[in-house]
Amino acid sequence: MDAGSLAVNEREKSIIVKGKQKKQLVCDTDSAAGCVSQRACVYCGARVVLNPVTDALHLVHGPIGCASYTWDIRGSLSSGSELYRSSFSTDLQEEDIIFGGEKKLARAIDELVLKHHPPLVFVYSTCIVGVIGDDLEAVCKAAAQRHNIQVIPVQSSGFIGNKSAGYRAACNALLRLMGPEPTPTRNLNSINYLGDFNLAGEAWIISNYLRQMGLEVNVTFTGDSRYETLIKAPRASLNIVQCAGSMHYLAQKMRELYGIPYLNVSFLGVLDTTASLRMIAEHFGGSGIKQKTEELIKTETDKVIPLINGYRGNLQGRKAAVYVGGGFKAISLIKQFREIGIDVVMIGTQTGRQSEYETINDLVDEGTVVLDDANPSELERFMVEKGAHLLVGGVKERPLAYKLGAAFIDHNHDRKHPLSGYEGAVNFAREVYSTVCSPVWKYLKA
Amino acid sequence: MLEHTPKEIKERKGGMINPAKTCQPIGAMYAALGIHKCLPHSHGSQGCCSYHRMHLTRHFRDPIMASTSSFTEGACVFGGGANLKTAIKNVFAIYDPDVMAIHTTCLTETIGDDIPSYLGSAEIPDGKIVIHANTPSYAGSHVTGFANMTKGMVTYLAEATTDTNKEQVNIIPGFVNPGDMREIKRLTKSMGINFIMFPDTSGVVDSPMTGKFEMFPRGGAKVEDIRDTGNSKLTIALGSFASTDAAIQLERKCKVPAKTLKTPIGIKATDEFLMALRAAFISEIPYELEEERGQLVDIMTDTHYHFHGQRVAVFGDPDVVIGLTEFILSLGMVPVHVLTGTPGAAFEKEIKAMLLEAGLKANVKANGDLFELQQWIKNEPVDLLLGNTYGKYISRAEDIPFVRVGFPVLDRSVHSYMPIVGYQGAMRLVEMISNALLDRADRDAADEDFELVM
Ligand code: SF4
Ligand code: SF4
Repeated sequence: MDAGSLAVNEREKSIIVKGKQKKQLVCDTDSAAGCVSQRACVYCGARVVLNPVTDALHLVHGPIGCASYTWDIRGSLSSGSELYRSSFSTDLQEEDIIFGGEKKLARAIDELVLKHHPPLVFVYSTCIVGVIGDDLEAVCKAAAQRHNIQVIPVQSSGFIGNKSAGYRAACNALLRLMGPEPTPTRNLNSINYLGDFNLAGEAWIISNYLRQMGLEVNVTFTGDSRYETLIKAPRASLNIVQCAGSMHYLAQKMRELYGIPYLNVSFLGVLDTTASLRMIAEHFGGSGIKQKTEELIKTETDKVIPLINGYRGNLQGRKAAVYVGGGFKAISLIKQFREIGIDVVMIGTQTGRQSEYETINDLVDEGTVVLDDANPSELERFMVEKGAHLLVGGVKERPLAYKLGAAFIDHNHDRKHPLSGYEGAVNFAREVYSTVCSPVWKYLKA
Repeated sequence: MLEHTPKEIKERKGGMINPAKTCQPIGAMYAALGIHKCLPHSHGSQGCCSYHRMHLTRHFRDPIMASTSSFTEGACVFGGGANLKTAIKNVFAIYDPDVMAIHTTCLTETIGDDIPSYLGSAEIPDGKIVIHANTPSYAGSHVTGFANMTKGMVTYLAEATTDTNKEQVNIIPGFVNPGDMREIKRLTKSMGINFIMFPDTSGVVDSPMTGKFEMFPRGGAKVEDIRDTGNSKLTIALGSFASTDAAIQLERKCKVPAKTLKTPIGIKATDEFLMALRAAFISEIPYELEEERGQLVDIMTDTHYHFHGQRVAVFGDPDVVIGLTEFILSLGMVPVHVLTGTPGAAFEKEIKAMLLEAGLKANVKANGDLFELQQWIKNEPVDLLLGNTYGKYISRAEDIPFVRVGFPVLDRSVHSYMPIVGYQGAMRLVEMISNALLDRADRDAADEDFELVM
């Protein structure tokens, strides 16, 4: 197929080449009907954000599929309950569609609460529930009263927007959990860490750094979090936000409601990690904290820089294509690739915002392709055109990259090693090295 | 991980815990990939389509292409006709498949979108084909979706055009891996019989690495061949849940006699498949296959003492579980729990009949979930668990050796290339099962009982 002729006119606005034209990229639009979009839905966005709440019972109100596909697919680790790793669905049947699913939902909550005694239930609405008009609020409210626990509806019908809308729905659920009132007591030197889902234990690494700096980590949203800690979130004196795509909104709301200031941080790559830690220390200001932070930075960088430079030697001059969920991660990745000598020649996101695309455009080299909500043929076309040796993406992009003979890094749910912080930076370099420099690519041409 | 599962079993009415099924559209999507140069299309929100592609991608480790109508709120209120028409236009303009196979989703079923009437007024380019199947997920399972799309292929494409039937057989392989489809084709070919297999995902979801991304790889049943199924002498439907509907539709539409057999897993079901072919086409079983069968029997006798009396829990898709149950019975194993997530009384009936013949009793259930399976196992422990990837939680919690078969397998590779059907597939199953049991015996053996020769 001639990929060159692909663009439906609507799509042309979502692709730019740096330096070639002056136009602004159009993003945050709905995917065109008939596209092989890589995008997910509102429910998906809400579920990935809330799923790491480990002792919550996550009940999907809908037909079976929505629950099956999200059963334990995100590798967030828990230090306590494993309840979040089971899959609960109301498994709506034809008669429920006709007569409504409220009764079945109420029954499901009752049965499950009696069986598992969770302190908290999230009830997710799916597309179909939005259409049949079940009153989730009422059912959840009644159930909460019956069982004297929190039962929180997550308004995540899939068709009302894309994944970002789901992030927002999740944040609203978290806000409900925390309640509308600011807490009277505030803990000094206490931090909430927003936007880390503890994939491969990443949140533990960062929390560890913060503790070494003399700070107390109040709660992580939402990696390895639990009911008891989440409700105490309003007591922190600072929020730091890592994955801005999903958590910016929550940080803003918490500032509004509880007066907690926030900082945007990134722990991807050595440079961003160091800058973020310094920024946090700066915020608290005490010389003790600053000194401990500098010590931490020194020990860690001394440890990892030689390792990373070792990989850099092998990677210098290779080219990468990046296709990830949020714009913030994309920005960090450009910088992180520079650290290991790799140029990003194509970059796209599923849900990046205008301002993020502007930053991306400022960062990348002339000629780099920037695109929003790419479909597979576009990814293929630009990877080939730009001669990318490596693709960073999610599940669906992996086999695509391999078919093109390109190496691949999963920077999403399926990551196997922590990619955050200093040790994450080494892991990243090693992963890039082991895929880019694998002997298997040699056999491509028979 | 599943420590919180209580042993005591109480009746539940509020849905599923740890499901053993998923929704219809993914089955329809998989079936549609078994047509050459076909793009499956999901008529609904983009989320569903994204999940189905992701899940199939994880199982097959190959790119899975499908487009979506990308529903928004407006489409839900006014119906999805406009979205579908735009989608059809875009799909042919951008991706240029030969066939577009539309399946519905819960959402479009609920708002009552009438696909045939939309198709009647859509602009479909000359020479291009659009087919469809209704796949509401609030009924049946992914296997039902596969069956519905396969039936849709017949409804839209099959035609009887010749006066006399051609000496050829239609084979509907059911919801199995491309490795299985290849094996079924090999068996039929070595019988010297002309055949048409549909759907046929081999060469599509197990395509070779060429350094180029092919939106439409070389495999898949050709449209002209699916048309020609109307002229065949016989249709063999392998697996009553996934394949019978299409075979009956062919009988109705084109008068091609239909015969349903079990998915040919194990020696008995493979024998029956080959016998059916031989009877219809008066051909001989070639030495090559006799030899394979003899090898399998040899292997079964060599290893039978490992298997005899071992208690097994089997779960997964109905057609595959029925085949597996029959096979483990033939090895002298004892199925203690047999469960599928797909609803259907026929499943329970068929398994119970096999058990009766073997003089055994077991827990048998259709429309069950893995929470219940685990509870059964807690009450009546087993020596082996057979099923898809989701069994790994139970295997770990209850410390049972586990062999992965069926769909989906998300945590191991190569499985989709290797058959479990036919004599060769049965040999592979024997190897997988005995390795699992013997690895466990080695792991658990005290030093003095640890043996070199087993
Ligand atoms: S809405 Fe229906 S079709 Fe979509 S994922 Fe859920 S169950 Fe499957
Ligand atoms: S039905 Fe809606 S909520 Fe469920 S997967 Fe599809 S788009 Fe997402």
